[in-house]
Amino acid sequence: MSPSTPQNLHSVWLFRFAALVALATLGLVCIGGLVTSKGVGMSVPDWPTSFGYSMFALPISMWMTGGVFHEHTHRVWASGVGLLVVFLARWTAGSGSRKILARVGFAEVLVGVILMRVNPLWKGEAHFLLGIGGVVLAAAAAGWKNAPASRLAVRLAWAAFWLVQIQGSLGGLRVVLDSWAIGGTTGGTVFGMIHGCLGQVFFVLVTCLALSLSGWYPRWTRSASDLRGSHWVLLGTALVFGQLIFGLWMRHQHAGLAVPDLPLAYGQLWPKTDAESLARYAGRREGVDSITALQIHMHLFHRINAVLAFLAICLTFRFSRKQPQGHPVRTLGAAWLCLVAVQFALGLFTVLTDRAADIATAHVAVGSLTLAVGCWSCWSVRVHQHQFAEENQVLPGSVLLEMPAAR
Amino acid sequence: MKVVSMVAAVAASSALAGEITGKIKITGEVPPAREITPIKGDKLCGPLHTKPVMTRTYVVGADHGLANVAVYIKAGLPAGKTYTAPASKPLIDQVGCVYEPVVSVAMVGQTVDIKNSDPFMHNVNCQAKVNKGFNIAQTTQGAVNPRVFDKAELAIKLICNVHPWMSGYVHVFDHPFFAVSDKDGNFVINGDLPDGKYTVEANHIKSGLVTGEVEVKGGKATLNLELAVK
Repeated sequence: MSPSTPQNLHSVWLFRFAALVALATLGLVCIGGLVTSKGVGMSVPDWPTSFGYSMFALPISMWMTGGVFHEHTHRVWASGVGLLVVFLARWTAGSGSRKILARVGFAEVLVGVILMRVNPLWKGEAHFLLGIGGVVLAAAAAGWKNAPASRLAVRLAWAAFWLVQIQGSLGGLRVVLDSWAIGGTTGGTVFGMIHGCLGQVFFVLVTCLALSLSGWYPRWTRSASDLRGSHWVLLGTALVFGQLIFGLWMRHQHAGLAVPDLPLAYGQLWPKTDAESLARYAGRREGVDSITALQIHMHLFHRINAVLAFLAICLTFRFSRKQPQGHPVRTLGAAWLCLVAVQFALGLFTVLTDRAADIATAHVAVGSLTLAVGCWSCWSVRVHQHQFAEENQVLPGSVLLEMPAAR
Repeated sequence: MKVVSMVAAVAASSALAGEITGKIKITGEVPPAREITPIKGDKLCGPLHTKPVMTRTYVVGADHGLANVAVYIKAGLPAGKTYTAPASKPLIDQVGCVYEPVVSVAMVGQTVDIKNSDPFMHNVNCQAKVNKGFNIAQTTQGAVNPRVFDKAELAIKLICNVHPWMSGYVHVFDHPFFAVSDKDGNFVINGDLPDGKYTVEANHIKSGLVTGEVEVKGGKATLNLELAVK
């Protein structure tokens, strides 16, 4: 098939569109990170309206006031990403998806109407469902005919379709239920953390979708590899994900840095966390009312985990250098090492600048990319395990990471 | 004759209305106030000030007197006695992108007016833990939202997320015997405080709590307390 055939052109443009969605999602992660770094998440107290206005009709003068700029931009940008993802799902899944989209859109609108009538407390969620349902119905009405992409891409596109809606809803609940008490904390903290975590997962998912639609992906299945040491990829990715959870937890405490110095912590290897010491730590810090033992421990776990993740990624890099030239793991291993080095430096600067919003946000964004590259690497290794299993006629599922060593 | 009877009436009422006066001092090395630099950088808040706006964590006046300390009766009040909330309405104003005053006190059931004096919006995010929290937007200059706290709670934090450096505190008590120290650390707890022994507590947002014992005799008592920089 020549590059200029309609089918090829169609695939190229679908990939470009998916890449655009991934880029827009990274932008959304950055703005979301900025909202949390600056502590302006609740500057707009209502949702999905903004100060009673429709989200898209907020006067510019209000939009440009202080933290409203970041929070409202995050909302509008998120709506744009939602719109793009719905149409990406329609395009990837082909014209056969129109029926499903129509049913989903209709159901969402119906539930929205019911919620609005049943309980005024659910008005926000109802408006959200009416809005997203309308977008889904518009995608269903898009009448152009196209075949679906690969089965893998279609699955990923549907996952993104559902996740973007859940994610939008969680973002709203984070605002609406901010002051609710949930297990000793607030709804804002709980839903903010889930929203932040799912945002990273969503970004990885969309990048995987773009990757599956790219011309790079088919080459993965053609390159032979030595998989000894591939467990470092999985371990590194798990540690990066754990690091992300620690970071999210810390950021959503909105308590500033629990430990403001490094490499030691309050001048000690592991600081005392008795009541008197905690009061003394908080007393030294401007704008910090209290510091808890858990906040200090989580901060230190974040540091320790950072070192472990860095080591695992270094070992992954060594594993990746064993692969032949042009092998995806080789490229990803190098990219991963570069990213984690930048991420490590950003982590240090986050502490040294007392969590300057732009540095802390860059730390979040590079963290997302680090997680994405880790997941791509795991995926790449997994593809090769399957390839190895097929070549050696091993039953699917019985391939272990050590299998190549037995060759 | 009329003047004499008026003086006698005032003397009689002051004998009934007991009060505790005193001073809160701070010891230790007080960290210097720092400029709140985001105010200067904000295109709306910056022009409202001609001088740098400084942090007010430790406002120290004459003779090491510490301002913005809530002082209140901690123990000693007659058990089971309930008090009626005063009709006065403490005002918490948002002016020049700071809370004024930074520390307020009120009684359970007393209306607190929260005002926006700035020519642009603020939001008031009340992070109460015992009372019900709220988050309201005040989009216009002069907007006043009355709020009533229905439970006693110390150091309820109010923040503005539009201007995240803005924060203030409200202490809510189930009795009317409380005060906030002035710029020189002086305070007066007055009201219908009967003679007797009381435990008085001073509460500063940064340097914490200190308590002292005092006996009100003939409607008067004096108590000086010291807080230390942590």
